[in-house]
Amino acid sequence: MTVKYDDVSVGDTIPARTYSARRIDLVKYCGASGDFNPIHWNERFAVSVGLPGVIAHGMYTMAQAANFVSSWAGDPGAVVSFGVRFSAMVPVPDDTDPPLGGLEGGAQIEVSGTVKEKLGDGKVAVDLVAKSGGEKVLTRTRAVVRLP
Amino acid sequence: MPEPHRAPRDPLSASALALNSDYVGRVFGPGMPYEVSRVKIAEFAEAVGEGSELCRSADAARAAGYPDVIAPPTFAIVVSMASAGVAQSDPGLGLDYSMVVHGEQSFSHARPLHAGDVVVATTTIESIKELGTLSMLVTSTSIDTVEGEHVCTAKSTIVERGK
Repeated sequence: MTVKYDDVSVGDTIPARTYSARRIDLVKYCGASGDFNPIHWNERFAVSVGLPGVIAHGMYTMAQAANFVSSWAGDPGAVVSFGVRFSAMVPVPDDTDPPLGGLEGGAQIEVSGTVKEKLGDGKVAVDLVAKSGGEKVLTRTRAVVRLP
Repeated sequence: MPEPHRAPRDPLSASALALNSDYVGRVFGPGMPYEVSRVKIAEFAEAVGEGSELCRSADAARAAGYPDVIAPPTFAIVVSMASAGVAQSDPGLGLDYSMVVHGEQSFSHARPLHAGDVVVATTTIESIKELGTLSMLVTSTSIDTVEGEHVCTAKSTIVERGK
C-alpha cells in the first residue's frame, strides 16, 4: 500500500496505530543503538536519579513514530526530515515474563498523524502526535516525506 | 558510564552555569569512519520494529532504486550519538550524564544511509542554555561519506536535570 502525492490532501488524517515498549524492547534498543544509559534498563539506578523507574529511550519512541510514517509512505527512505520534542517520559513497567514475554504488557505508544502541507516536488509535511498513558510524549513532531 | 565531571563552582557566584558556555561553537571530530552494514541495519530495524523489506533485502532495495538495503529514518542516531557523546563527555563541559534526558531530536537526510556507506561524523556545540534548574545542550552532527558526500544532519538537544 503506497500513498501517492496526488492522492494526498492537506488535512488528511493517518489512522492511529499503537506500538508497544516492553523491557525486552528497551534492551534490544540498547544493543542496536549503543545507548546503554542505565535509566533504560536498571530500575535501581533509574529510581536513584529521581525517575519513576525505567523509562524508554526517547529515540525508541521516536523510532515508533518513524515506523508509523514509513509504513504510511511504504518506504523508510521516503522520510526526508523528521524532528520531535520529547515532552514526557515513557515509563516502562516490568510486567512481562522472561525470556521474551508475550506481546502484552509494557507501555503502549499511540501514534497518529495529519497531512499539514503539500510542499511540491512530491514532498508532504506530516504532523504527528504520540501519546502514552494519556500523555503526549512527542510534540512538535513533523516529518517531511517524499511520495511517488 | 562516564563519571560526573562537574567542576567545583563558587556557590556565591550568581552567574555560575551548570555547563561551560565557552564550549559553544566548539567542533568535535570528524571521528573514525563508520561502515554501515546490512547486519547492523537489520538489527536496528528489528529492534525498533521497522518491518520494511527495504531494510533487510538488498534485492528489494535495489528494485526500489537504492544501491543496497537502506537504514530506517532514525538509524543515523547510531553514528551521531557516538560523535555527540565525545562532545558531551568532554571533562571541561561539566555535563553530569547521569542526570541527562533527551529533549529534542531531528534528522535531515540528503538521502537514506545504505549498507556500504562509510561515513564520518562531526559535531558542533550549537548552544548552551540554562532554564531554571535545567541545562540544555544543543549539538549538530554532520554525517558525511569519506568521499565527502553529505548524507545527514542530526540535531540533538539534551537536558541535564538539576539536582
